[in-house]
Amino acid sequence: MTSVLIVAEQAGGQLKKSSQSAVGAGQQLAARTGGALHVALLGKGLGAAAERLAATGATVHVAEHDALAHGIAEAAAPVIAQIARACGAAYVGAAATSGGKDVLPRAAALLDAAMASEVLAFAGDGDQVLFRRPMWAGNVVADVELTTPVKAFTIRPTEFAPAAPAAAPGEVKAVAVRVDEAALGTRFVALDEVSSERPELTDARRIIAGGRGTRGDFKEIEALADTMGAAVGASRAATDAGFAPADWQVGQTGKVVAPELYIAAGISGAIQHLAGMKGSKVIVAINKDPDAPVFQVADYGLVGDLFKVLPELRAKLSSR
Amino acid sequence: MALKILVTAKRVEDPESRIRVRPDGSGIVTEGVSYKMNPFDEIAVEEGLRLKESHGGEVIVASIGGDAAQIELRAALAMGADRGVLLRHDGPLDPVVVSSLLAKVVEQERPDLVLLGKQSIDDDQNQVGQYLAARLGLPQGTFASKQESLESEAEQKKQPGVKLAADGKRIRVMREVDGGLETLDLALPAVVTVDLRLNRPRFASLPGIMKAKKKELKDVPAASLGVDLTPRVIIRRLAEPALRQGGVKVADVDELLQKLHQQAKVL
Repeated sequence: MTSVLIVAEQAGGQLKKSSQSAVGAGQQLAARTGGALHVALLGKGLGAAAERLAATGATVHVAEHDALAHGIAEAAAPVIAQIARACGAAYVGAAATSGGKDVLPRAAALLDAAMASEVLAFAGDGDQVLFRRPMWAGNVVADVELTTPVKAFTIRPTEFAPAAPAAAPGEVKAVAVRVDEAALGTRFVALDEVSSERPELTDARRIIAGGRGTRGDFKEIEALADTMGAAVGASRAATDAGFAPADWQVGQTGKVVAPELYIAAGISGAIQHLAGMKGSKVIVAINKDPDAPVFQVADYGLVGDLFKVLPELRAKLSSR
Repeated sequence: MALKILVTAKRVEDPESRIRVRPDGSGIVTEGVSYKMNPFDEIAVEEGLRLKESHGGEVIVASIGGDAAQIELRAALAMGADRGVLLRHDGPLDPVVVSSLLAKVVEQERPDLVLLGKQSIDDDQNQVGQYLAARLGLPQGTFASKQESLESEAEQKKQPGVKLAADGKRIRVMREVDGGLETLDLALPAVVTVDLRLNRPRFASLPGIMKAKKKELKDVPAASLGVDLTPRVIIRRLAEPALRQGGVKVADVDELLQKLHQQAKVL
């Protein structure tokens, strides 16, 4: 039996968009290997997310427990392994979110599984699946074989279409969760969420991103973003310098985004930044340096000072 | 309350080097490529040193590889680590093998804390710390970061971002997660993987480099540790990613708006 198990994530009872893509990847894999698709949903107060998942035709394993409320890897990994064993999973996957990257390798170790991270596509023939994934900061794409009986992976959500609805919904099953809370060495203390009126970077249709060229002044970037209903991003140079919060970073080591429109202002275009945004439908680059590498990937390049270009752009957009 | 800390130092291609794939896709071109310690591991070494400077103790650095890996171990010793362990192995490495070997070092050394880079910049897997924590049954704190920026006073004073509790039995780790920062308390011993904004690693001083030459560097054949060294992650083919075609330069904001509106249809 070669079933496929996808670990989904929810927030406040809502299924995460990245998990829809992970289930989409699971559907591809199940179709190719002829296996059944299962989804695991762990947490507390899981709400409507289970029904959303069942609509994809997958069998949904719901694990509700206080100890799983904050996605603590030490508590969640054994539950994922338990579900994987129960459904005879040969493939165990998740989206490469901070939660997926944290828990899935730990679950993989418990299953004696080797793992491929940030998978872009499934390559190979038939049920000989090769995992296509980036290496060396996206400078290289590798086709990787996992030789263990159980194979684990995370997918890059921007590379997979969301799960298609099925003719008949799958079954929803409750998992009997046994967690010895006293034995856990991890204690959740707090989550400081960066609350923002703006859309989330990984979900946004439009992103305005700033780099070193802002010299620490993101006001024009933010003002244009608010005019356009866009999210704000930043290059690593800008977040390292403290110009912008860490969770604004777009790139290989930050967030990977694929909006309809990406405007890079004062960003030179290091390969590690390009790796995080080159999936965008339309890229605009605004930079004083006509030789900046970012112009090599931009659909539209404008050589100029962002502090002059952005206010003009904003004024003309507002008056349209 | 002194802390015994194990850190890792993997030898990787210098991130400034240009990485190209061999024409037959069998590997990368190594001619002209320079090597250095994985930048995330440098941050782990720095954090280990800061914890030792605050609380006392010992920092042990481990690396897996051939003769050349001694260079990265010496680099960590020159930064201030106390002693090194080279797990000698010339074959390919994957997170399954690496975490199994590191688990053996942990069983022998019994550190209070293991600090590793969250990923190495060659294979970019981001798995070893999590595998290691699972194998040892220890709590994990991945992607350790801090609230203060790298320009802050706390950073200038080289304060550790990982905080030791007053009783010396737990640590507090701030993690970089999607949408914010999460704080966890971990019982020691624990495994922590570090992210970019935890600290800015120091440079080795000249006296540090001189002292490093005399520090203990244990040479252990990986094959002697009873670990199955067969790789389970096998690279079948490498390729360079399809390059996105650059488009056109526009003269001014009006032309840009017109193109976005009429040609790209995203406005």
